[in-house]
Amino acid sequence: MNQPLKPNSFRAGPDEDGRFGIYGGRFVAETLMPLILDLEAEWNKAKTDAEFQAELAHLGTHYIGRPSPLYFAERLTAELGGAKIYFKRDELNHTGSHKINNCIGQILLAKRMGKKRIIAETGAGQHGVASATVAARFGFPCVVYMGATDVERQAPNVFRMKLLGAEVKPVTSGHGTLKDAMNEALRDWVTNVDDTYYIIGTAAGPHPYPEMVREFQSVIGKEAREQLMAAEGRLPDMLVAAVGGGSNAIGLFHPFLDDESVRIVGVEAGGKGLEGEEHCASLTAGRPGVLHGNRTYLLQDGDGQIKEGHSISAGLDYPGIGPEHSWLKDSGRVEYVPIKDDEALAAFQLLTRTEGIIPALEPSHALAEVIKRAPTMDKDQIILMNLCGRGDKDIFTVGKILGMGL
Amino acid sequence: MTARMDKRFADLKAEGRPALITYMMGGDPDFQTSLGIMKALPGAGADVIELGMPFSDPMADGPAIQLAGQRALANGQTLAKTLDLAREFRKHDQDTPIVLMGYYNPIYNMGVETFLDAALDAGIDGLIVVDLPPEMDDELCIPAVAKGVNFIRLATPTTDEKRLPTVLRNTSGFVYYVSMNGITGSALPDPSLVGAAVQRIKAHTELPVCVGFGVKTADHARAIGAAADGVVVGSAIVSQVAGSLTVDGKATDHTISAVTTLVSGLATGVRSARLVAAE
Repeated sequence: MNQPLKPNSFRAGPDEDGRFGIYGGRFVAETLMPLILDLEAEWNKAKTDAEFQAELAHLGTHYIGRPSPLYFAERLTAELGGAKIYFKRDELNHTGSHKINNCIGQILLAKRMGKKRIIAETGAGQHGVASATVAARFGFPCVVYMGATDVERQAPNVFRMKLLGAEVKPVTSGHGTLKDAMNEALRDWVTNVDDTYYIIGTAAGPHPYPEMVREFQSVIGKEAREQLMAAEGRLPDMLVAAVGGGSNAIGLFHPFLDDESVRIVGVEAGGKGLEGEEHCASLTAGRPGVLHGNRTYLLQDGDGQIKEGHSISAGLDYPGIGPEHSWLKDSGRVEYVPIKDDEALAAFQLLTRTEGIIPALEPSHALAEVIKRAPTMDKDQIILMNLCGRGDKDIFTVGKILGMGL
Repeated sequence: MTARMDKRFADLKAEGRPALITYMMGGDPDFQTSLGIMKALPGAGADVIELGMPFSDPMADGPAIQLAGQRALANGQTLAKTLDLAREFRKHDQDTPIVLMGYYNPIYNMGVETFLDAALDAGIDGLIVVDLPPEMDDELCIPAVAKGVNFIRLATPTTDEKRLPTVLRNTSGFVYYVSMNGITGSALPDPSLVGAAVQRIKAHTELPVCVGFGVKTADHARAIGAAADGVVVGSAIVSQVAGSLTVDGKATDHTISAVTTLVSGLATGVRSARLVAAE
């Protein structure tokens, strides 16, 4: 790729066509175009509507539990012997991850638009649970598409969604994973255009989703910035977050993109290693293509067919990435690195034992990178990591790998 | 290249009947069998061939076409091989227009200029790319039209009066009216509603308006054909292929005839439809 000229601001995108450089856009079937244009118009109104913002903030405080704490991980810092490590604890949110930040925002839009039915896709089930939760809270029927493979390996979340009143539809088309679930959700949407709102779970898809989801998730970075200023009186030296589709990462990163002193690192799922096929490192090992409504880095074969990814973490098991991350990679503002399954698993165990926090396998990837970097940094430097989900959902997966019966 | 398509529709108009547009998946279930199907289509009554470019993630397609694409990919079909199918076909037939139909990523991956040159060389007359709405015209539509390849747009029930001019801008060859909101292979909509929608579109364009989604039988073809300049049949055809295969997905000696039998019946339906919509 040609390196684009350095922009005046890294926070100005997307343009009016929904593009971040060459990435993003609106690559959807004609049937969906009018819906996407309607959504964009409503979103543009809501962005600057004081009433909408007030309702969002109210629910953030009283329903989600925001602001989430900023926590100094004292024992982990001592253990690693380098930079001070702070966690933004979005795993303490209602439903156990950052996903709820986005779902609350989008359900308010669905309500404003007079929609009657909610659909969502899910991989690990975190976004499915968050969508089912807000659907219950606002009285919408909800259908969650989930790959048949994931339905089996994430049984507790399937049960939670059902308790919340959602219908979980196992997707057997394709290979029965997250990308197939997204295809199936798009097929539902194209069939039920009149009454249905599609809550996309990550900062990807056709414009305006990547921008909209980023804005709903940016509460993470805005809070963290204020909290760290209060705690340390300065900005962090480094931000670290896991990227699957990339919503928690862009939520943390975006408010800091124009602070040149802050190094920013996104961590992809390296699976069993990049030399083989079993990983989800679309930015490190993929190339630009078009899928699910946007142009972005994708894992694809020589013919442009999309590959199946692999990760120990179902939440990172997606062969694409939000388009803004693709642009941030090309522009050089954010560095993206892979972390392998076994490194994430080791990080998961270390955090559990040193801090008494069981992290989800997704932020365990970010943590594994922190474990590599912190010892190489000075003790007066600061790393801020997004601890975007808790690990309750993963104990069965981890137990199985560690050979511990539950 | 545009000439072949325009001539075909002009001839059919003179004949006073709608076109039968048949969709087949390139490489389903394998290259040779699908070449055999393609060569047999005009003799069975197909006026235009839509040649599906298989894609791993066909977001607007129902199960029948999804599975057809998976069969083709499993047997090693690629975009280059789909172009080879057209090139082989053209050695025997210089008159039947071929429209490639599929998704953008394999094209983008090949490179737009490389793809368009290869498509022209293979005798392709038009493109239908499902995930390129008018907002994305700079990607492929404008370069294609500049090289003389038709860019055929889908219009849907969600395409209202306000949006129609946007959809019709830069489109050529014909307009493909998707008669329902949904994925390919769904149920047939009410023909009277389809007729009204076709008239609504024809008020905005001189191009032929062809209708697809849900047409499975000769009766459907006759009913829809009475209201449109062409009838598109897809899922029913690929289902015939599927139904003819061995349990492990291999072609049998009746795979091609399963398709031609259906298409001959559809052709009878289309030929008995009076072309109400055309003037």
